[in-house]
Amino acid sequence: MNLRRGRAVGRKELLHIVRDSRSLSMALLVPFIMLGLFGYALSLDVNHLPMMIYDQDRTATSRDLVERFRATSYFDVKSSEATYQEIEAAINRNKIVLGIVIPPDYGKKMASGKLAPVQVLLDGSDSNTASIALGYVDSLTSVYSVEQIRGMANQRAGAHAEPIADAQVRILYNEDLKSRNFIVPGLIAVIMTIIASLLTSLTIAREWENGTMEQLLSTPLRPAELLLGKLAAFFLIGVADTVMAVLAGVFLFDVPLKGNLFFLGFTSFVFLFGALSWGIFISAAAKSQLIAYQIGLLSSFLPAFLLSGFIYSIDNMPLPIRVISTFVPARYYVSILEGVFLKGTGFRVLWYEVMWLFLYSSVVFTMAVRKLRTKVA
Amino acid sequence: MSNQALPNQEGVVVIENLVKRFDDFVAVDNVSLRVSKGEIFGFLGPNGAGKSTTIRILCGLLAPTSGQATVSGFDVGKQSEQVKRSIGYMSQKFSLYEDLKVEENLDFFCGIYGVPRDRREERKVYALKMAGLESKRDELTGRLAGGWKQRLALGCAILHEPPILFLDEPTSGVDPVARRTFWDLIYDLSEAGQTVFVTTHYMDEAEYCHRTALLYGGRMIAMDTPRALKQALGVHSMEEVFITEIERQEARAK
Repeated sequence: MNLRRGRAVGRKELLHIVRDSRSLSMALLVPFIMLGLFGYALSLDVNHLPMMIYDQDRTATSRDLVERFRATSYFDVKSSEATYQEIEAAINRNKIVLGIVIPPDYGKKMASGKLAPVQVLLDGSDSNTASIALGYVDSLTSVYSVEQIRGMANQRAGAHAEPIADAQVRILYNEDLKSRNFIVPGLIAVIMTIIASLLTSLTIAREWENGTMEQLLSTPLRPAELLLGKLAAFFLIGVADTVMAVLAGVFLFDVPLKGNLFFLGFTSFVFLFGALSWGIFISAAAKSQLIAYQIGLLSSFLPAFLLSGFIYSIDNMPLPIRVISTFVPARYYVSILEGVFLKGTGFRVLWYEVMWLFLYSSVVFTMAVRKLRTKVA
Repeated sequence: MSNQALPNQEGVVVIENLVKRFDDFVAVDNVSLRVSKGEIFGFLGPNGAGKSTTIRILCGLLAPTSGQATVSGFDVGKQSEQVKRSIGYMSQKFSLYEDLKVEENLDFFCGIYGVPRDRREERKVYALKMAGLESKRDELTGRLAGGWKQRLALGCAILHEPPILFLDEPTSGVDPVARRTFWDLIYDLSEAGQTVFVTTHYMDEAEYCHRTALLYGGRMIAMDTPRALKQALGVHSMEEVFITEIERQEARAK
């Protein structure tokens, strides 16, 4: 192992990066574009759901319920005097997502302290939005019923009514329940995976295609030195990208960063090392820039996006997929990022993820060195 | 494995019964030869004759199937590290970084050949002067004309003062004037004691070599000084030697 040879490679590789302004700007702009696209557009929060209400009751109680729907930002009440036909037509035309029918005896039932159901007409074609909307309606109406019934009971029994059991929910971490708060940290992991493979997947294949690899092989340069030199150069770009993504997350998207910056930097370092090595491994195995690029993108982007738990919860996946996901390094990095950003946790809680990242990175690095060596001999 | 070179072998190439097989195809068939220090040794032969394969084995890029080869006294199979330190290699394809400046290419190869820091400037200046590129230090390598590129590649290959140079068709695709200049450089290096092992399919270049070996179908069919080769066949040019020898081989094969 000769550090000077590795350094010569690193310096040369940096020059390649700087000279190739298109790749450089891509490497530095892609994180922003992706953060912008996903950070702003990809929201799992449901807000301002268009809806209509058919109030058959028209009592003070039912109007009060309508006001509740108007008051919350979850719904956007288009009309409170709609009819069945209007609601159905509006759902069919995608004007509204749901309609509520308040039955004529709603106020009366409430007054007598009985359960008073309302009918919900729901557009189930987007099942995700539908179930979230249903949850909102459910909690809004039941909270309202509880308040009403308690109010009646209080009136009847003076001030000595039995309080109805009431759950006081306290949300730990991400108190605002903003999906952006967990999307952005997860997104950083996805971006880093893609950038790492974009940067490195071409690097060895290009040397083969241009014939420079043969020249390098005739020199005393060793595979590990070549690899470390290249890694060092791409590392600088990767670190710049990470820093930019974290800063954008904190200052642009107001995602809280509660954890230790040193821990964040350290784990990012380990993750980047593995992700860059993976790109180099592919590049060494493919020998052609085009194939290396495609395999690199597919093998990094898809697992990082689908199997990392970044959007789709791994716990809900079938067992075989869950097993596959344990081999996706982004999964551990996503857990670490969410922990560090939202909970402020560190090594004591996340040691398991850190260990996996370490293992992954060293295995992939070894694979890359081996691949280079076999190609050399 | 010994790190020791055989004594008094610096600059010497020895090949004994070298064979290289790719599956069923025999690329190098039992070749033996010896090149002495300071000699310009030419490998002549049609495409696919085994010239490049032999050179690649000597540079440690390919492992021989059987037989022995030593370069500067180091075994190419077992001491490839030492072999690589004592050779300079120029492949058929131009293989410097075109997006790097002339000087940056030189710096890079100084780094990976491990040229000591205090010798670097001196070696760089030597290489630049040799290649006639003193005024083009800051030029992007990709913008150089073919002949200059070739000379820069040669310059990069000798930065670490290797006793032996392997040049695989170094002048292919270069204009005649540039080729002539290139051969002047090869003579200079040879006079300074560097061994030059060169493959070519230009017949005039074969004349410039001290000794030439003719390869055909992986086998060496003739080896001598150009003058002796011509005299033996009673012809006047290497071109005639080449054609006569190959026609003989083809007749024998039928």
